[in-house]
Amino acid sequence: MDSDIRVELYRMMVLIRTYEEAILREYHADKQPVFDIGAGLVPGEMHLSAGQEPVAAGVCAHLGSGDAVTAPHRPHHVAIAHGVNLDAMTAEIFGRETGLGRGRGGHMHLFDPAAHFSCSGIIAEGMPAALGQAFAFQRRGTDRVAVAFAGEGAANQGAFHESLNLAALWKLPVVFVIEDNDWGISVPRSASTSVPSNGVRGAAYDIPGERVPDNSVEGVHQAAGRAVARARAGQGPSLIEVHTLRLWGHFEGDPQAYRDDLDGVPGRDPIPTYESTLTEAGLLDPERISKIHEDASVRVEQAISFAKDSPIPSGEQARDHVFAQEAHR
Amino acid sequence: MTATTSAPTTRRLTTARAMSEGIAQEMGRDEGVFVMGEDVGAYGGIFGSTGGLLEKFGATRVLDTPISETAFIGLGIGAAVEGMRPIVELMFADFFGVCMDQIYNHMAKIHFESGGKVRVPMVLTTAVGGGYSDGAQHSQCLWGTFAHLPGMKVVVPSNPADAKGLMISAIRDDSPVVYMFHKGVMGLPWMAKNPRATGPVPEEPYGVPIGEAAVVREGADVTVVTLSLSVHHTLDVAEEMSSRGVGVEVIDLRSLVPLDTATVLNSVHKTGRLVIVDEDYQSFGLSGEIAARVAEVDPRMLRAPLARVAVPDVPIPYARTLEQAVLPTRERITAAIDGVLSQ
Repeated sequence: MDSDIRVELYRMMVLIRTYEEAILREYHADKQPVFDIGAGLVPGEMHLSAGQEPVAAGVCAHLGSGDAVTAPHRPHHVAIAHGVNLDAMTAEIFGRETGLGRGRGGHMHLFDPAAHFSCSGIIAEGMPAALGQAFAFQRRGTDRVAVAFAGEGAANQGAFHESLNLAALWKLPVVFVIEDNDWGISVPRSASTSVPSNGVRGAAYDIPGERVPDNSVEGVHQAAGRAVARARAGQGPSLIEVHTLRLWGHFEGDPQAYRDDLDGVPGRDPIPTYESTLTEAGLLDPERISKIHEDASVRVEQAISFAKDSPIPSGEQARDHVFAQEAHR
Repeated sequence: MTATTSAPTTRRLTTARAMSEGIAQEMGRDEGVFVMGEDVGAYGGIFGSTGGLLEKFGATRVLDTPISETAFIGLGIGAAVEGMRPIVELMFADFFGVCMDQIYNHMAKIHFESGGKVRVPMVLTTAVGGGYSDGAQHSQCLWGTFAHLPGMKVVVPSNPADAKGLMISAIRDDSPVVYMFHKGVMGLPWMAKNPRATGPVPEEPYGVPIGEAAVVREGADVTVVTLSLSVHHTLDVAEEMSSRGVGVEVIDLRSLVPLDTATVLNSVHKTGRLVIVDEDYQSFGLSGEIAARVAEVDPRMLRAPLARVAVPDVPIPYARTLEQAVLPTRERITAAIDGVLSQ
């Protein structure tokens, strides 16, 4: 694998982790001493993606800004890897007028039309829109693709199966990516899913399906490379499941008392693992590692500052944007 | 189209033909417009709404879908986000249960959640209404349910000319529009129909503004606010009552979102009496909303208590006698008007 790509994958994972750690810090900073989910500068549910960086980094490395991406309720890693405007995304999470949705959306509802990015808080229901984006790309004769991310819980939803069938039927340039982080909130995969690999579900729709078993960013990168190339070549959709890791709770404030795998979690963190791999390969050294972290931190703190310095929307404007302004046609 | 009358202004079409003509004209004008749904191709729509389109535009722009409403409505949303203008048919409004998440959580909310930066210019067409013994799962109107949820415009044409004009306006609108057509106004050869299901339709493209009601009959004594097939029943009643010297003013709402409150208030201000005729369920719906809008402005406009003729809060029954007992029939409308006038 190309050395620059390997370092770039590492750099992206570090940027994502740095971002999630900063949001974690900001989220809890003003919810002390008693946790109140509705309090503080960043209120509401917060689903952070630490541990799942390899999926976003490995897939999105194959995409350009003209390609479309849909993500679920845990969207930050995917948004960052796809190049969503970080300042505007952060401002949205802080509910500011400069946010992607001018503070109307929040962290589960991020829309960046420049990056053809959207996400949805309803399990599996963000996936069908990717079909429509792929349909538009196909009709316009482009080789652009759409990637639909979802968790392993989503693979038991009707929307997932309907989408696979329709995408396969119409040979739409879509890649379906299932992030299996073992847990549907508190329900383990073993209690929700009848198959050991959701990759096998591709066979039900006569499309390629595979499972990347080890949360390896390079494994994801290779699988996604095949799937994206296939979509760009007009050969239709593919399905990839990645066995990834939910390093933290389902949402912030989740005590995770149900979780029996916590002891082993730190050892499964994909970033130190990959850091060692690249160090052994001579691509990273302590100085370079520290520079990558420092650059990430500067970028993330700039986004946090941008958000905090941005105006808060006025309650008088709460009724704006329900409908598009008068048609210009 | 193949209509063969000489003067365009007197050319008569069924509502179904008027709808498909409006779609065809927009498809001819804009490459981004396409039609998708169950049986919209070779069949031409179970209720005729897409007749002739496949022959004219081919299978790349008129697409039969699998019975996967969530997937294909969601596909429409994604295509609209990318700048296309899909017309997506949900065969019966009653089927919304299998795909409502796409409709109200996605189609309707994306523009708002994106702070106005992402537009979803799609039309969701769907058949509504009963009166032909199709039972509780294929006979509902449900427009109050859609109109209750913010983010989608809702239009309900009652006649051919409005069907074409509202279709063209809906396609050109940059917001999602739910276009609800009653099977009983389509002019189908296989279903009993009101004579007004066929009517004059201008040949050239034109829009009927979304959010404007029409006063379809003027009268001084009582206002009837209604929509869809009930407009025809009410006009029949109004005609009969005029021979008794009673002036019934009939308002066809045509749009529920936005709702043309001003036209309703102007009429009620004039007549002082109000009957609301609605084929949707009575409670928590359109009829209560109209009453509230009058009461919010000035309840003293009413010289007598208003009356509602709606479906009592029961599922639509199958047997003809039972179904006719709950629908807003001419008999129920007549009785309601007489009741309001007697006070």
